[in-house]
Amino acid sequence: MNWLIKGARIIDPSQHIDDKMDILIEDGKIVKLGHNLSPSKKRGMEIMELAGLVVTPGLVDMHTHLREPGFEYKETIKTGSEAACAGGFTGIACMANTNPVNDTRSVTEFILRKAAETNLVNVYPIAAITMQSQGKSLAEFWDLKEAGAIALSDDGKPVMDSAVMRRALEYADSLGLPIISHCEDTCLSSGGAMNEGFPSTELGLPGIPGIAEDIMVARDLLLAEYTRSSIHIAHVSTAGSVRLIRDAKNRGIKVTAETAPHYFTLTDDDLRTYNVNAKVYPPLRGKDDVEAIKEGLRDGTIDAIASDHAPHALTDKEVEFEYAASGMIGLETSLALSLRLVSADVLTLNQLIEKMSTHPARILRIPGGSLLPGAPADLTIIDLQHSWTVDRETIRSLSKNTPFLGWDLTGKAVLTMKDGVVTFDELHN
Amino acid sequence: MILERKDILGIKELSKDEILLILDTADSFIEISTREIKKVPTLRGKTIINLFYEASTRTRTSFEIAGKRLSADTINISASTSSVVKGETLLDTARNLEAMNPDVIVIRHSAAGAPHMLAGMVKQSIINAGDGAHEHPTQALLDMMTIRAKKGHIENLNIAIVGDIAHSRVARSNIYGLKKMGAQVTVAGPATMIPRDIEQMGVAVHSSLDEAIKEVDVIMMLRIQLERQHQTIFPSIREYGQRFCLSKKNISLAKKDVLVMHPGPINRGVEISSDIADGPYSVILNQVTNGVAVRMALLYLLTGGKA
Repeated sequence: MNWLIKGARIIDPSQHIDDKMDILIEDGKIVKLGHNLSPSKKRGMEIMELAGLVVTPGLVDMHTHLREPGFEYKETIKTGSEAACAGGFTGIACMANTNPVNDTRSVTEFILRKAAETNLVNVYPIAAITMQSQGKSLAEFWDLKEAGAIALSDDGKPVMDSAVMRRALEYADSLGLPIISHCEDTCLSSGGAMNEGFPSTELGLPGIPGIAEDIMVARDLLLAEYTRSSIHIAHVSTAGSVRLIRDAKNRGIKVTAETAPHYFTLTDDDLRTYNVNAKVYPPLRGKDDVEAIKEGLRDGTIDAIASDHAPHALTDKEVEFEYAASGMIGLETSLALSLRLVSADVLTLNQLIEKMSTHPARILRIPGGSLLPGAPADLTIIDLQHSWTVDRETIRSLSKNTPFLGWDLTGKAVLTMKDGVVTFDELHN
Repeated sequence: MILERKDILGIKELSKDEILLILDTADSFIEISTREIKKVPTLRGKTIINLFYEASTRTRTSFEIAGKRLSADTINISASTSSVVKGETLLDTARNLEAMNPDVIVIRHSAAGAPHMLAGMVKQSIINAGDGAHEHPTQALLDMMTIRAKKGHIENLNIAIVGDIAHSRVARSNIYGLKKMGAQVTVAGPATMIPRDIEQMGVAVHSSLDEAIKEVDVIMMLRIQLERQHQTIFPSIREYGQRFCLSKKNISLAKKDVLVMHPGPINRGVEISSDIADGPYSVILNQVTNGVAVRMALLYLLTGGKA
């Protein structure tokens, strides 16, 4: 719990720091950043030499599915937490589409209790916007907030009724609860299995047009503008959404947005082999969309990178493509896939950490994302040169559904620390 | 020559030479079906399973007859797709069948890609007998065989495919095959039945039947699935028939010696009028006859036969 971290390159976007510095940690909190610090007199103070490595504020994944309660065969809060630590995360926000749906205090409390039992990562429950995420009647936002929910989302489903969404935005804003919108016009997307385009035409699979997302993004931006509330757009996947969000930001609408690594790494061409592990909602889009997502990340239109970690067991996936569950795990590959943006000069390392730590914490209004003195000692230690292969055997998530199996990646979290306690260590093991 | 592949999943993967090999082999098998004793011992001791997850009369019967004329043991399994949701998965079914050591599994399935999934999981040869809106390779092969038999060649022919292109596996397989063989292909149908970016497959697109069939050598009419009316992809059967029914009124726009084809089953008076379906241009029943020969050829080649 008491550490002197020496010799590392410290990146803290919240303080505009990118420098070789030392960090002094006492009682699980950051005490001081500085050059050539000496260990304090605290009992049990240990020195950690990290020359050649990068230390950042603990990564925060603002979009994770932990599947518990209800789908423990896919993932549990414990296995999800283990995967998160291995991926360098110290905080994760988990979506409400469990069974039962997290639309009541008791479910939120259950999640927090389970997370505390494991205590590897800060788990922040996101509660449902509507009861059972049916899109009809609002959940008890205030009570959920009191219980510990930090945001609201019917993720997995859109709130199709514009009047319900309007009321949700107004009510949530007054409580300071962010609304995270899953943007999908289900009338346009219904029955679809992949992005609509030339690949879907060739594969004979029912398509989901990009406008199914764009139209709902446009609606939600208008609603946010009208109600003067803030909104966060989840898993942006299309060029159209990026354009709409960029314009909205320029016009002063309080919008933030996230994308996931697969939306800037893969395209619908990667479904050519009917690879069920690449089946995801929103679906992998075309090359132009991927370029637009990268541009949106570069120019700040997209604030955050979230994994949209969506575990599914083999039995959910090993079926005909159209019947296969949608989603892929991402906690353990998110950082390495995002680091490819740094090597491709899309983002600086500083900007990347901003999008994977500082911004998500700020959007969700949760602690973390900063190494300011007094902050919890939540740290991610990254080896930028570490080459590794995504291997089914070493994945900690209970489910192994990722299209990146067998990929050679560079860069990895080698040590993760929460409240000054090491939660993952590949450096010394 | 031998066919060096384990499975026939689609025309897309086949080379022109492979298509020619299959068509030549099929030509040589056509005679067997005209004999008094319509059976040769070629595939004696081989087992062929027809695994049909979708209703089919023509294709399933055709595969069965093809196998039997070559003396293979053929077994038909009609499974309901609903069992995918409830009960045994396709993969488990396939593994069970695999354990009984058949030589070829013929599969039809409403889900695109189902045969590809099987092919990667079992050691037997898989023949795709139609997967969703993806491919129907044996249909395209029998269509090409029919065209070649009637016209002597496929190269440089102008061919129109008309109907619900978006939902048609027959259209996709034929586009791949006919393009490989050097034909020019036009597709036509209501705009709602033309899938996105189909031009990238190298075809011309028309939304008028008259435009599409002008001076063509071959017209392939596709079956309209009447239930799609409820998905609002077209206003009514009546209006479809008025715009896209091939009849005496419009057939004269095509070349004089045009071939009219249809994969069946036909909706008389909807996509094709009876006088055309039963008339002199129609080769619809030749297609069915050739279907048996093409499937014999594939079963023969996939089990190691030499052409």
